[in-house]
Amino acid sequence: MNRIILRILAQRIALSLLLLLLVSVLIFAGTQILPGDVAASILGQSATPEALANLREELGLNAPAWQRYFDWLGGLLQGDLGRSLTNGRDIGEAIGQRLSNTLFLATTAAVIAVPLAIFLGLVSVLYRDRWPDKLISALSLAAVSVPEFLIGYILMFWVGVQLGWAPSVAILNDTMTFWERLHAITLPVAVLTMVVLAHMMRMTRAAILNVMQSPYIETAELKGLGTFAVIWRHALPNAISPVVNVVMLNLAYLVVGVVVVEVVFVYPGMGQFLVDHVSKRDVPVVQACGLIFASVYILLNMVADIVSILANPRLRHPK
Amino acid sequence: MTRIPIPALFGLVFTGLFFAMAVLAPLIAPYGPAEIVGDVWEPASADHLMGTDNIGRDLLTRMIYGGRTTILVATLATVISFVTGACLGLFAAVIGGWVDQALSRFVDLMMSIPTLIFALVVLSVMPVTLPVLIVVMGLLDATRVYRLSRAVAVDITVMDFVEAARLRGEGRGWIVFREILPNALSPLVAEMGLRFIFMVLFVSTLSFLGLGVQPPAADWGGIVKENKDGIVYGIGAALWPAAAIATLAISVNLVADWVLGRTTSLKGGRG
Amino acid sequence: MTGTLLKVRDLRIGATIYPPGAAAEDIEIVHGVSFDLERGKVLGLIGESGAGKSTIGLASLAYGRGGVRITGGEVHLNGRDILSLGPKGHRDLRGAEVSYVSQSAAASFNPSKPILQQVTEATIRHGRLSAREAEARAIDLFRQLGLPEPETIGQRYPHQVSGGQLQRCMTALALCPKPDLVVFDEPTTALDVTTQIDVLKAIKDAIAATGVAALYITHDLAVVAQVSDEIMVLRNGATVEHGTAEQIISAPQEAYTQALVSVRSTQNPARTGPATPVVEIRNVSARYKGLDADIVSDISVELVPGRTLAVVGESGSGKSTLARVLTGLLPPREGKILFEGRALAREYDARPRDDLREIQMIYQMADVAMNPRQNVGTIIGRPLEFYFGMKGSEKVRRVRELLDAIDLGAEFADRYPAELSGGQKQRVCIARALAAKPKVIICDEVTSALDPLVAEGILKLLLDLQTAEGVAYMFITHDLATVRAIADTIAVMHRGKIVRYGPKPQVLSPPFDDYTDLLLGSVPEMRIGWLEEVIARRKMESAGH
Repeated sequence: MNRIILRILAQRIALSLLLLLLVSVLIFAGTQILPGDVAASILGQSATPEALANLREELGLNAPAWQRYFDWLGGLLQGDLGRSLTNGRDIGEAIGQRLSNTLFLATTAAVIAVPLAIFLGLVSVLYRDRWPDKLISALSLAAVSVPEFLIGYILMFWVGVQLGWAPSVAILNDTMTFWERLHAITLPVAVLTMVVLAHMMRMTRAAILNVMQSPYIETAELKGLGTFAVIWRHALPNAISPVVNVVMLNLAYLVVGVVVVEVVFVYPGMGQFLVDHVSKRDVPVVQACGLIFASVYILLNMVADIVSILANPRLRHPK
Repeated sequence: MTRIPIPALFGLVFTGLFFAMAVLAPLIAPYGPAEIVGDVWEPASADHLMGTDNIGRDLLTRMIYGGRTTILVATLATVISFVTGACLGLFAAVIGGWVDQALSRFVDLMMSIPTLIFALVVLSVMPVTLPVLIVVMGLLDATRVYRLSRAVAVDITVMDFVEAARLRGEGRGWIVFREILPNALSPLVAEMGLRFIFMVLFVSTLSFLGLGVQPPAADWGGIVKENKDGIVYGIGAALWPAAAIATLAISVNLVADWVLGRTTSLKGGRG
Repeated sequence: MTGTLLKVRDLRIGATIYPPGAAAEDIEIVHGVSFDLERGKVLGLIGESGAGKSTIGLASLAYGRGGVRITGGEVHLNGRDILSLGPKGHRDLRGAEVSYVSQSAAASFNPSKPILQQVTEATIRHGRLSAREAEARAIDLFRQLGLPEPETIGQRYPHQVSGGQLQRCMTALALCPKPDLVVFDEPTTALDVTTQIDVLKAIKDAIAATGVAALYITHDLAVVAQVSDEIMVLRNGATVEHGTAEQIISAPQEAYTQALVSVRSTQNPARTGPATPVVEIRNVSARYKGLDADIVSDISVELVPGRTLAVVGESGSGKSTLARVLTGLLPPREGKILFEGRALAREYDARPRDDLREIQMIYQMADVAMNPRQNVGTIIGRPLEFYFGMKGSEKVRRVRELLDAIDLGAEFADRYPAELSGGQKQRVCIARALAAKPKVIICDEVTSALDPLVAEGILKLLLDLQTAEGVAYMFITHDLATVRAIADTIAVMHRGKIVRYGPKPQVLSPPFDDYTDLLLGSVPEMRIGWLEEVIARRKMESAGH
């Protein structure tokens, strides 16, 4: 590790923190400053003016927006996510278990999808323009054109209901062992894997092909190296950073995919929690969930950038 | 003109059919969209080609009207997204300096929140009506169009022919519309196809989650939601709209791929 | 060992092209080329772009780049037909018996591996030498090629050494496995002229020391004359003439070869004497935003109507920056620019339309200097419309006159840039500049991207137009042959400063300053033995100091 890399890394991390702060402003602004009024939307159109005024008072909506923002942010920094409007429960408590369920689902999908996508991407490159490549790209074109919930219901319909191979809803409870849990989430994991796999494979293929077109690959071929040696020794070391970027970008995509998949399979995770509370117009919950999803997203992007920085030979071996 | 390859032809034909169906919905739909014509979840028959839905409406009719809503919302949102994103992106590239910096950083910020999550946050306080839905979707997606058009335009702006136009003393309007836009058009058109697909998937997802088009009106995503409970009883009514979404998306994708392929194989040429 | 190493018979090479708006098409790009190469000899392949020289070079490794395929003929190396070998046979051949040196070493080295590892890779993989022997040989080669710190330079990464050094490393890479044949594909073309001479000498010595045979591919006859025993002249995929280097240079038989040999001998007498300058650049310094050093500093030159100022220097000397300052794209930090005695606004967008009209620019890459979506008529017509408000038939007539002036017919008005050849594109750019009726035209390396014969046509056209229109040229170039041909006054730039400035005869005759001496002495001359003379003279001079 040299000084330059450390400095760039520090800058990148500081940037992420700044981004996170700005995102919190944006999320707060999105729910507070828009023409919609929280109190009005909770009570609906038939609300009397007195009821509206009371609710506004109760929610602290009469204070200026910036003051409410800093109160909210101050709470967040102390780990206080606020209270739900609909049932008055502490949001942090309600979210805790759900967050770990969601992470369990997403991690399982990632563990399967990432190695598989990189492997299939490589196969595509090795058999470029021959039938394995064409099959893989046709399937991935189909998969990116289909909404997650369609894949979900098709699997539920055939595998869950018709064939009965896996549970068609993914319900977890505290008494389940790890393997029982894993079995319960078979179908949602399959859906997430398929959706992410298609994107990731396509982009991995493109990233490696891009490297394969460099003149130094021609140099390696003209040294008489075999295809495998050319890819392993010359293409891969330079493809690491673009491939990691692809992987991170798609894991970030997983963050969104998980919302829909949880709703389809009635899975007790963050995504379903968020959707429920959007329908109930429970703003504090929506803000908290939105911020958590955005933080994961920012974190993944930061990891991708850090890997690119560490893999760059110009930075690792400065002049 | 060159011959159109078969996948692209397939895409063009199906895209055309879907749009025709959307425009002509009242003429071709066999029943009224809210008319209850039979029992709950009747299987397909001569009277009801796709069967009936969860409260006994003709599913084919629902599908045709639902398609109309989906395509309308997606098209309008794409238009908003493109007009906003492309104009801002092209001008940011040409003007440069702090205007470009400010816009680009703001877009980076917007894009650091996943679109669906941001939409959910905003829709939790906005009244969910069609215009609101279209504008929110369009503006959120404009960030992506902005990035692409700015990147394309920046690549063109550094070319000598743009510098030559600047040195001639041409105004910004000429540079954007006569020098840059004609060269940026093909990638933008291909991107428009992809954005349209994204909009179809996006509005379907929102409606499926119950936060998009509100009942009694329905789009394809909404029809999935209405009929999803049938799945666990082995009734596949919810799969029809889902299949329609997939067919439309694949068709448009094939067309977009073809447009993009044509432009990249012509590097520097016209066409 | 003597005898024939490489025997090429009736070599035919095809490629698939994708013309705009039409179906893919198979064409033949090399039409039955035959030659022999003796062991330890160097054959120079020379020709313009599209002559097929690189393609032939790669065919001797049984390799086709991109969509290129060898469609017929035979290539015998060490007595066996290498085209009929399978993939395994080709792998055993490449990097062992034959190796390749490409034009851009910077792109041809893997950026994420140390140099030594890449230099010895083929040698070790093919089992030609053990790892330790290969490293020792690589270090020997580094020393032989005159690289600094030969023991440790191999530990560095490609981006840590200079372009000229990397090109020598590439030569070491090719020579390391003790091949019988090395294909050099324009190895010095991307280098500055003062770097080229050292690399050329290093390559020549290494070839001599190792006794390897070589195919030396280049478009520059003066360069190939220094290193080759024989020269083969190619044009459009066919042999024009093949002979000893001596014969090709001193007694070319074919008209095309004669034209190539004489291309650099054009020289116009300088027009000198007192005159009123149209542009005076006075003590100008400029730097890019965010940099803390000037790219050009304290520059003072004058442009005179009907005459040419050549600004000459190597890459990074600041010559193109000077052009940007004059056009107003880069405002000067200090100093001023006078046009007919009055100061011009520093930035182009503060200049009135008429000031912009008076100074026109022609670019190096005509390809990107024209909007690919506009036809020639629009490209040339726009300045007429913009500056003079011409419309309709008046504009059409003037466009036709301009097309005549650049020796293209009226029918070109409807064509698009993609349908023109490189020379035609540059002519259209000249017409666009002329359409504005300027007093000054800046020509930024306008002939560098063109083949020598085409370039000569462009220079002649520019000179003719200058005589007719009385316009002042500021001609920016790195090529001294071009300077000799067209300049009236010369400014030599080095590291952002003018080191020598004056009328051509004066600048090009002694006594020289050190840099001009080095620059002038480094331009290859079209005679055999020039390289050795220059190197010997430099050795003597440095011993004398």
